[in-house]
Amino acid sequence: MLTTHSPRRPGTRLTVLFAAAVTTAVLSAGTVAETLNIYSARQEALIKPLLDRFSDETGVEVNLVTGSGDALITRLTTEGRNSPADVLLTSDAGRLYRARQAGVLQPVSSDVLTAAIPANLRSPDNLWYGLSVRARVLIIAPDRVNTDELQDYEDLADPQWKGRICVRSSGNIYNQSLVAGMLAQQDSAQTQAWLDGFVRNFARPPQGGDRDQIKAVAAGQCDVALVNSYYLGAMLQSDNDEERQAAEQVELLWPNQSNRGAHINISGAGVTRASEQPDLARQLIEFLVREDSQRWYAETNNEYPVRDGVPHSRLLQAWGDFKADALDVSELGRLNAQAVMAMDRANWK
Amino acid sequence: MLATSLVIALPVLVIIGSLFGGYSPAWEHLIDTVLGDYVVNSVLLMLGVGAGTLLLGVSAAWLTAMCEFPGRRFFSWALLLPMAMPAYIIAYTYTGMLDYAGPVQSLLRDTFGWGYGDYWFPEIRSLGGAVCMLSLVLYPYTYLLVRVAFQEQSTAVLEASRSLGKTLPATFFRVALPLARPAIAAGVSLALMETLADYGTVSYFGVSAFTTGIFRTWYGLGELQTAAQLAAFLMLFVFMLFILERQSRRRLRFYRTGTRQPPRRIALCGWRAVTAVGLASAILVSGFLLPASQLAIWVLQDPARAAQPAFLALAGNSFLLAAIAAACCLLLALFLGYGKRLFPGFAQTTANGVVSMGYAVPGTVIAVGVLIPFAWFDNVVDSWLRETLGVSSGLLLSGTLGALVFAYVVRFLSVSLQTVESGLARIRPSIDESARSLGYPPLSLLRRIHIPMLRGSLLTALLLVFVDVLKELPTTLILRPFNFNTLAVRAHELASDERLADAALPALAIVLIGLLPVILLTRNMASDNAAS
Repeated sequence: MLTTHSPRRPGTRLTVLFAAAVTTAVLSAGTVAETLNIYSARQEALIKPLLDRFSDETGVEVNLVTGSGDALITRLTTEGRNSPADVLLTSDAGRLYRARQAGVLQPVSSDVLTAAIPANLRSPDNLWYGLSVRARVLIIAPDRVNTDELQDYEDLADPQWKGRICVRSSGNIYNQSLVAGMLAQQDSAQTQAWLDGFVRNFARPPQGGDRDQIKAVAAGQCDVALVNSYYLGAMLQSDNDEERQAAEQVELLWPNQSNRGAHINISGAGVTRASEQPDLARQLIEFLVREDSQRWYAETNNEYPVRDGVPHSRLLQAWGDFKADALDVSELGRLNAQAVMAMDRANWK
Repeated sequence: MLATSLVIALPVLVIIGSLFGGYSPAWEHLIDTVLGDYVVNSVLLMLGVGAGTLLLGVSAAWLTAMCEFPGRRFFSWALLLPMAMPAYIIAYTYTGMLDYAGPVQSLLRDTFGWGYGDYWFPEIRSLGGAVCMLSLVLYPYTYLLVRVAFQEQSTAVLEASRSLGKTLPATFFRVALPLARPAIAAGVSLALMETLADYGTVSYFGVSAFTTGIFRTWYGLGELQTAAQLAAFLMLFVFMLFILERQSRRRLRFYRTGTRQPPRRIALCGWRAVTAVGLASAILVSGFLLPASQLAIWVLQDPARAAQPAFLALAGNSFLLAAIAAACCLLLALFLGYGKRLFPGFAQTTANGVVSMGYAVPGTVIAVGVLIPFAWFDNVVDSWLRETLGVSSGLLLSGTLGALVFAYVVRFLSVSLQTVESGLARIRPSIDESARSLGYPPLSLLRRIHIPMLRGSLLTALLLVFVDVLKELPTTLILRPFNFNTLAVRAHELASDERLADAALPALAIVLIGLLPVILLTRNMASDNAAS
C-alpha cells in the first residue's frame, strides 16, 4: 500500500479500492445460502479461530462484527426485525441479561446445551448459554502476605490491609459483577460497609488494567490485587521477559473456598430474535460448547471450560481446582446497576 | 444549504432530543455522588489542555513560520507528526515507560537502592498525566492552523510595527498574535472538543471525566437515555462556548492585506538558535520520537508476530475510509463555509455551529445518533415494501460503509469547517466585491479566487480529517459492516486485552500512514512558498 501508492493518479486508485470494498461488503451481507452473522463482544482473536473451524466443518460461512456489548445490543435493538445478526456473543453475563431485557434474543432449546452447561450458567428460559468461565481471584506477594489472614474477598475490608490493595477502576465490568454477586448473597448494608472499608485500603487510586495490578504487586507497590485469572496466565506465557518475571513473583489465591466460592463470570451467546435460521445458530452454539472447542478456550485464553469433564490445560492445573460461586449468573446482570451505585457511594473511582 | 446542515445535524439532534424524554431516578444518584467529579475533572482537563496546546502550538508555529534557525525546514513538518499518534496509544507508551513497575522507576530504584515510598515520582496515570498526553498529541491542530495564519500575515504589517518602534516581543503579542486569533481560536477549540470526547486516555488513567460518566451511566447503570442526556448537556456546553467565542470577535475583522508576500523570517543565532532548536526538539521527541520508539521496541521484541496476513487489508481499509471521509468533509465544509460567507446571518452561523457539535461527543454516542435514524428509515421503507409489494428490502443504510462515512462526517466536519472558515475569514470581502463587479459568478469566484488563496487551509482541512479518521475507533467499531476491520480497531482489540506489545504494530502503522498526507502537505506548502 505504502509503496504502490501512485501520487499522480490517487483518484483512480481510490475509486477502485472503494468499489472493491463496497463489493465485498455487499457480497458478505448478501443472501448466500448458509451464512451466519455474528455480533461479538468477544474480541476477534478470541473467537475467530473457533468460527473458522466451524466453517471448515460445516461449510457455513460465518461473518463477524466485534464491538462493546452494549453498543452491539443497541445496534440490534435499533435494527429490529431486519437485523442481519443471528448470534450475539458477549464477554459477561450482565450483557446477556441486558440483551434479554431488551427483547433481542429468541429462545432456543437444545438437549445438548442443557446437558453440557450447568443450570446457573445459562438462562432458565433458554435465551442464552454460557460458553466459558472467568474467575476473579486474588493475586498476592507471597513474602508479604500471610495467607492465614486472607481467605475471602470480605477480609480485604479489614484495616490491616490499609494501603496494600491494588485494583482497577469500578468502571470495569468484572469489578461490577463481583459487587453484584455480593449484593445477591448478602444485604446491601453489609455490601456497602465492605465496599467502604475496601476502598479505604487502596494503595493508589484505581488505574490501568488487570495486568498493571499484577505488575504493581510484583514491584512492591501493593501486596494484594484483584484480577481475572487469565491475565496472570497470559503474563506467565508472555514473550516479554519483564511481564513473565513479574508474573512469576506473585501467587494466585482462590478466595472464599470455605464458603460460597470464588466469584465467576461467563462469556456466552444467544440467538437473536431477528434470526431467520435459529437452527443453524443453535448448531454454532452447540459447536462452541463441544469438548474440543471448550479445550481451546483454556489453551488460548486460560479461561475455564463451562462444561465438566474437559481436561484443563497444564497452566490451569497448576493453579489447582477451585470452588466456584454457584450463584445464578443472571443475578450479576440484574444487580449490576445497583452495584455501580454502591461503588459510586463508596467513592471507588 | 440549511437542508444539508439539517441532515448532518440529525444524529446530534437525536441526542439533543433525549433531553425532552423522561428523566430517570439515575439522575438523582449521579448528582448525589459522581456528577460533580465528572464536571470538575473535565473542566480542569480542558483548562490544562487548552493552555498546553496554546503554548506548544503557537510557539512551534511562530518559530517555524517567522524565524530562521538550523533545522527549521525539518521541524516545520516534523512537528506535525504527533498528530498521527492516537491519544490512548501515547498514554499506553508513556505508562509503559514511567509507571512504578516501568523501566525508568525500576532503574532509579536499582541505582539508589530505594523501595516503594522512598522517593517522589510524578504519577503518570493522573489528571496531570492526561493533560500532558492530550496536549502532546493535540497541539498540532493549533500549530497547523496558526502557522498558516502566520505565513499568510503580510510582512508589511509586521514590519510596520517594527518600524514604529515596537520591539519584537511587542510585535508578536500586539500584532501577530491578535491577527492570528481566528486560527488560534479554531485550533484550540478543536483540541478542546477532542479532549472532551476522549474516552481512551481518561479511562486508562482512571480520571473520572465527563465521558467516563457517559459510558459508566450507559454500560454500568444500563441507562442509555440518561447517558444520551449527559452527552446532550456536553454538546450544549460546547455550543455555548462556540457561540460565545464567535460573539466575542463579531466586530473584529482579520483580513489579509494586499498581495501575498512571503514573510521575511527573523534569523536566530547564538543562544537563541540553540533555544529554538532545543524547544522544537523537545516537543518532537516527547510527542513523537519517544512514544514511536517505544512502539517500535515492542514490535521488535517479537518480529514474528509482525507478519500478520490480514495486515495489508487493514491498512488498505483504514487508508480508504480516511481518504473518502476527508474528501467528503472538505467538500461539505467548503459548501457550508462559503454559504455562510455569501449569506451571512444568524441562521447559517447557528447551523454551522450545530453541525460542529459532533466533534465534542464521544464517537460511540454519535454512532448511536446515526443508528437510530438510519435504522428507523430502513425499517419504515422495509415495512412499506412488505405491505404494498410483499417484498422485504432489509436494511438499506444500516451496516454499510456509507453509514460509517456519514458518521465520520458528523463527527469530523467541525475540523474541516473550522479550518476552512478561519481561512475564508482572512480573505477581504472587497476581493469578492471587485471580482463580482468584474462579472464573476459566485462559483467561478470560489474556483478562481478563493480556492487558490485558500490552498493552505484546504490542504490542512484534508489532512486533519484524514488523520482523525485513521485514528478513529468507537464509531468504526459499532457501525462497520461484517468482516471489515481497520488498523485502529485491531490496535484497540489488542490493547483492550492488555496486549500492548501486540497492539504496537497496528498503532505504528497508523502513525506511518498518517505520515503520507503530512509529507504531501509539506511538499505542497514548500512548493507554494517557492512559487511566491
